[in-house]
Amino acid sequence: MTAEVAPQPHAHAPTGEGYLTHERGLKSWLFTLDHKRIGLMYLGSVLLAFLLGGIMALLVRAELLFPGETLMEADTYNQVFTLHGAIMVFLFIIPSIPAALGNFFLPIMLGTKDVAFPRLNLGSFYIYCLGAIVAIVAIVIGHVDTGWTFYTPYSARADSSVIWMTSGAFILGFSSILTGVNFIATVHKMRAPGLHWKRLPLFIWGMYATSVIQVLATPVLAITLFLLMMEKTLTVGIFDPALGGDPVLFQHFFWFYSHPAVYIMILPGMAIVNEVIATFSHRKIFGYMFVAMSSISLALVGFLVWGHHMFTAGMSEYATMVFSALTFLVAIPSGVKVFNWVATLYQGSISFKSPMLYSLGFIALFTIGGLTGLFLGILSVDIHLHDTYFVVAHFHYVMVGGTVFGFVSGLHYWWPKMTGKMYSEKLARVAFVFVFVGFNVTFFSQFVLGSQGMPRRYYDYLDQFQPLHMTSSGGAFILGFGFLIMLFMFVKSLVSGEKAPPNPWSSAGYEWMTTTPIHPHNFAEPPVMTRGPYDYHLCTEEELFPGFPEDFKPSEKAAKA
Amino acid sequence: MAHADHGPKYLAHHFDTPKQQFESAKLGMWLFLAQEILFFSGLFVAYGVFRTWYPESFSVGSHLLDWKMGALNTVVLLFSSFTAAMAVRAAQIGEQTGVPEKDQHKLGGRKWTSIFLIITFFCAAGFMVVKYLEYSHKIHVGTLPGQFFGHPGFDMASVAGAEFYEEMEKAGALAYESGGHATVPFHLRTFFGIYFVMTGLHGIHVLIGMGLLLWILKRNASGEFSAEYNTPVDIFALYWHLVDLIWIFLFPLLYLID
Repeated sequence: MTAEVAPQPHAHAPTGEGYLTHERGLKSWLFTLDHKRIGLMYLGSVLLAFLLGGIMALLVRAELLFPGETLMEADTYNQVFTLHGAIMVFLFIIPSIPAALGNFFLPIMLGTKDVAFPRLNLGSFYIYCLGAIVAIVAIVIGHVDTGWTFYTPYSARADSSVIWMTSGAFILGFSSILTGVNFIATVHKMRAPGLHWKRLPLFIWGMYATSVIQVLATPVLAITLFLLMMEKTLTVGIFDPALGGDPVLFQHFFWFYSHPAVYIMILPGMAIVNEVIATFSHRKIFGYMFVAMSSISLALVGFLVWGHHMFTAGMSEYATMVFSALTFLVAIPSGVKVFNWVATLYQGSISFKSPMLYSLGFIALFTIGGLTGLFLGILSVDIHLHDTYFVVAHFHYVMVGGTVFGFVSGLHYWWPKMTGKMYSEKLARVAFVFVFVGFNVTFFSQFVLGSQGMPRRYYDYLDQFQPLHMTSSGGAFILGFGFLIMLFMFVKSLVSGEKAPPNPWSSAGYEWMTTTPIHPHNFAEPPVMTRGPYDYHLCTEEELFPGFPEDFKPSEKAAKA
Repeated sequence: MAHADHGPKYLAHHFDTPKQQFESAKLGMWLFLAQEILFFSGLFVAYGVFRTWYPESFSVGSHLLDWKMGALNTVVLLFSSFTAAMAVRAAQIGEQTGVPEKDQHKLGGRKWTSIFLIITFFCAAGFMVVKYLEYSHKIHVGTLPGQFFGHPGFDMASVAGAEFYEEMEKAGALAYESGGHATVPFHLRTFFGIYFVMTGLHGIHVLIGMGLLLWILKRNASGEFSAEYNTPVDIFALYWHLVDLIWIFLFPLLYLID
């Protein structure tokens, strides 16, 4: 290999059309095999799902403002929180980062033209759409009030629209599996020359670990939901106690997927934080290999801890002790990540741009979410806190404070590369303040509610909980308002945003080496990697220049060199 | 786009070399097979749990299955795996142009690829026919899952008809109580629930395999494959071996319990 060839500098003044404009018309989008366009279609879909799920969340919070009936009947309330959970988990969080941002940036960061199987990639997008349609039809015409976990025996007896809802989730699962297969093959076989495993961007490591879980865990959910459907149609008697079945077996099966699925949700968020922290600290990531391996070990340990969702469900006490001990293991790789991020910040030249704000928010909120997870992993404490708002607050700190903050951070970070437009930093910061404050007001009060014994999913509650419920609901509306500002900010950027330079954050990451707008094949010339994605000390001034290439003037120091 | 010099026609634009393309496809299929194994694993776990809980029902249940039919299907599928492997070999040898007839590799080339694929297809079809015979017999006598158990001929009105009792008698499943009442182990219905779900899901995989076979046959007939490019035949065979392998586990676990 010609190892001496420098990374491709930004091609001066875009020579050709970018991926957004080189082909036009609806057909060029619907039948595209370009991972970037598929990523954008996913992005649109998951944002729509986020909006729907968010509206449901606000309805739930509005109902809980006062005890008794506020807005809707108890039956409707059960459906609304089911929809909130199911939409957010299956249609938004799981595909959010991998399928949208991952699809877009994984091949670019590997310096290749596309994912290994572009047709499969488009196929998995349409499988996602099909699954979403089936699930939404079930929602609209049916009566799904099982919660997103579909626990038996209730789900086995409940309304038959549960079959539709679970078919939707079953189909969505295959979309997720195929994305995972595609990413693993791409990372193994499609890396640019010079991009060996020790140079792999940490975003790729995170995506890789996520994909392993997607491939190995999702089929177990698929078979579980399939068996539930068989239970409802053929009465096979596996989960229904009346026929000699075991409802706890359903929980084992369900959490064997759904606990690893938690890492499908959080690993991509962590993956984005790596990139953002390195870029905005302008510094090599601290303990690169430890961070990379912590992703892999989270993916593996994540398979061994599902029992901690079932401490009160009637497992043997020896099993609960083993699951509790294994659960504490998860804290090690998570801690490795947090300490390494903080160590990366140390002596970095930090700039508090909006992506960085969200990533710092991630670190703080994820730490709270992660540590409260340890409370729940302690057997004696879990007996008190199980099925209370404490659990709700814990996983929202991880899912929203973690994954959503990571997703939003990535969206801000890569927005100029994806769209070729800058956004209003001022508006972005205003939105951040609302989102951060709103989030904490909503969910911190739920920690308190839960520790006082407020059970989750309840429609009605004792008067003594009213002030905290009202605080939480107030926070939810602040949070919602923050997202509205963000939406306005991004739309404004699309309509009238300034043109973005190729590397506005002056990052050493590989994805910033290509032109903006991005070439349809990602790079005009296939790149050869001669340095790592965080090697700021090896970058030329031109590579890190945050303006337009035509404005670049080498400084005297560089000229002398 | 400037891809005139990119390489052979079968090389997709985003790959650099045919080797890279082949290895990616193969890795992708292996990952998919890993997924398949975990998909079936849920069923095997359920099997293990319920066999431990209800050993008697499972033992009686296996006597209600026709092991000869199962054995026949095992032989048929094993043979089809062999012919699938031979099809891969034939495709890898490819057409040898300019080599006289007698020096050609035996059983190689496009014609033999097609022949082996067709044999594989008919084996798969034969498997499904045997499965159909087994299923229709069970539906007829009423050895069915859950609440359908004991409804001969799927007639919900007639509970436990004569043929059902005959079937139970043959398998030694009937226990006579003092009052002259005959009972069968309650959890036989669970055994048949698991039987139908496991073999049904496996059968769906055989049907999908038959569809893939037709598609590959068509591509082979149009001369798409050669010694240089035969990836689809290769990765189809991988899938087919897995379908075979799962049956090899299903057969003893369901038919040969004791």
